[in-house]
Amino acid sequence: MALIRFLIRRILTGIVVIWVVASASFLLFFARPAETVARSLAGRAASPAVLQNAINQLGLNQPILVQYGHYVSRLVHGNLGFSYYDQESVNTILKQDLPPTASLVAGAVILWLIVGLGVGILSATRARSFFDRFATFGVLAGISLPTFVLGELLLLVVFLPLNEHGFHWIQDGYVGPSGGLGQWVGHMVLPWVTLATVQAAVYTRLSRGSLLDTLGEDYIRTARAKGLSERVVIYRHAVRAAMTPVVSQLGVDLGALLGGVVVVETVFGLGGLGQVSVQAVDTDNLPVIIGFVIVAALFVVVANIIVDMCYALLDPRIRIT
Amino acid sequence: MSIATEFAAEAHATESAPEQAIEGRSQWYLTWRRLRHDRVAVGSVVVILIITLLAIAAPLFVSLTHHPPDSTYPLTGTTAAGLPVAPGVHGFWLGTDDVGRDLFIRILYGARVSLFVGVVTTAIAAAAGVSMGLIAGYFGGWVDAVLARFIDAVLAFPYVVLALALAVVLGPSLPVIIGVISFFSWAAISRIVRGQTLSLKEKEFVEAARSLGASPWRIMFLDILPNLLAPVLVLATLAIPQAIVFEATLSYLGLGIQQPTPSWGNILAEAQNFYQEAWWFVVFPAAALLITTLAFNLLGDGIRDAMDPRTERVFAAGRKRRRRGRAPARTVAVTAAAGGPEQPSSAAS
Repeated sequence: MALIRFLIRRILTGIVVIWVVASASFLLFFARPAETVARSLAGRAASPAVLQNAINQLGLNQPILVQYGHYVSRLVHGNLGFSYYDQESVNTILKQDLPPTASLVAGAVILWLIVGLGVGILSATRARSFFDRFATFGVLAGISLPTFVLGELLLLVVFLPLNEHGFHWIQDGYVGPSGGLGQWVGHMVLPWVTLATVQAAVYTRLSRGSLLDTLGEDYIRTARAKGLSERVVIYRHAVRAAMTPVVSQLGVDLGALLGGVVVVETVFGLGGLGQVSVQAVDTDNLPVIIGFVIVAALFVVVANIIVDMCYALLDPRIRIT
Repeated sequence: MSIATEFAAEAHATESAPEQAIEGRSQWYLTWRRLRHDRVAVGSVVVILIITLLAIAAPLFVSLTHHPPDSTYPLTGTTAAGLPVAPGVHGFWLGTDDVGRDLFIRILYGARVSLFVGVVTTAIAAAAGVSMGLIAGYFGGWVDAVLARFIDAVLAFPYVVLALALAVVLGPSLPVIIGVISFFSWAAISRIVRGQTLSLKEKEFVEAARSLGASPWRIMFLDILPNLLAPVLVLATLAIPQAIVFEATLSYLGLGIQQPTPSWGNILAEAQNFYQEAWWFVVFPAAALLITTLAFNLLGDGIRDAMDPRTERVFAAGRKRRRRGRAPARTVAVTAAAGGPEQPSSAAS
């Protein structure tokens, strides 16, 4: 019962957040002088008549509130509008470009959590050891390394030599899992590593610090005093409690992850939502960008609700209210 | 026998302690002393200073090499096939880029952009973050509720996506970049300042100030703020490399600094089409970026460790436990302890 009430409240706030994001992007984009929009569409040398025609076609001559009304009612019906150039539905464009992005995010999140939490736990239980020092330095290097630099360096030192020596498993571009699982992994492995590295570094640091704090707690000493094995103390008693701040951070970082998606897709030429949006920026194709912004906001909101529920499941002290 | 030596060493340590005059040491003095012994942090400061000097001295190198940052050298700067020239050829120290410009000079001018953006955005973000955090934490109630929600929203928003949008509407330029990066950097600072303010405002000295009739603004900025300087300093040091990475990323995507003005991000964006033919085109700007951000991150970590009073005790406890575990190491430990209890810790870290 409490869970249902929690869900309803979170979904309502989520809708408000998406409405704010949608309205903000409307203001950003459509509050521009109509001529700028029409000119970028009709071309620099367009005659005034052509310009006027374009303005009329886009409905840019209507009062701003009327335009806003149209915009919101379209969104409510799940219609993200139409591309300026070929009148193709933004929904279709985004749907087409979803598979590379979904593959990228899914693989990278799994890799990032396994490496981040795993190395963090190992470092914390072997604090000040050689492994811990090495991991700490790796974390700093990972945090300092911008995603696109790591991607370019991987292309230079992994992709290029391998292909020059006739080893063609690792490729750039995108091939779906339907084209053979091995090939899919070959295309995705570098993007996954690139996207996961920075985040994994952050999570290694976070889980290490959190676990070190937890291991200093009195109840851990009690557990040790009871004669429990070190394995039980760490994995049953400490890790579970130490993971709660890590999970709550996860919701925040999913937004940052989407930024990484834009970069990684551009570096490796995967196509996907991010690369399409960057291309849309180059061509001033506003509806596509708005579509991406709204889809991104939706993703973050939904992911945050899921994370909050996991949070409550993990820590019995937190009651869903 | 070995137990006896350990007791002796401990007794020696407690005996020698009262000999030192007891003097009041401020938190800042202790931090400074620990930081000075942290070789990694000192090294980072040196690296940052060198990079800053190189950036300031960029025109000097131009007059030395006679290669202004925007000039192209199609004859000497590119090969017959129109590709970049390797490092050291024709007087280009680090080679050239795809249109035959001096890569070394462009990296130096790129450092100016990166450092400027990093420092300016961090200053803006710190000022905004501290003010918002103080207001939210001190006033509480609905002010806090609204601000805290807003902070959460900013933190969770996919910022590259919004930067894409802003770049289209406003057109990419340095002020827009600084505005965008500042807007997404203040929230993290704000959240921590808010938390600290919440606990500090319950302290007696705040109550004393209030009973003297001090205004809320006076209490916030004159009584509470000085107690927050330490965490804000750490956050600011760590925010600089983030801002540098952010600027480079925007420029890489074509949303930041535009050609022909060099920036590490837009150099790397061009380099991406030539990584098969010209490794130096990728490696040198990438190295410049990595060294700079790594130095700031290491320095920030060093300051954090130096300010955390727990750090030294945690390390000491770890050493003690390990020393007990390994019997043969004891003699080494005792001789080290005889040299003074503080020395080995700084040498080990």
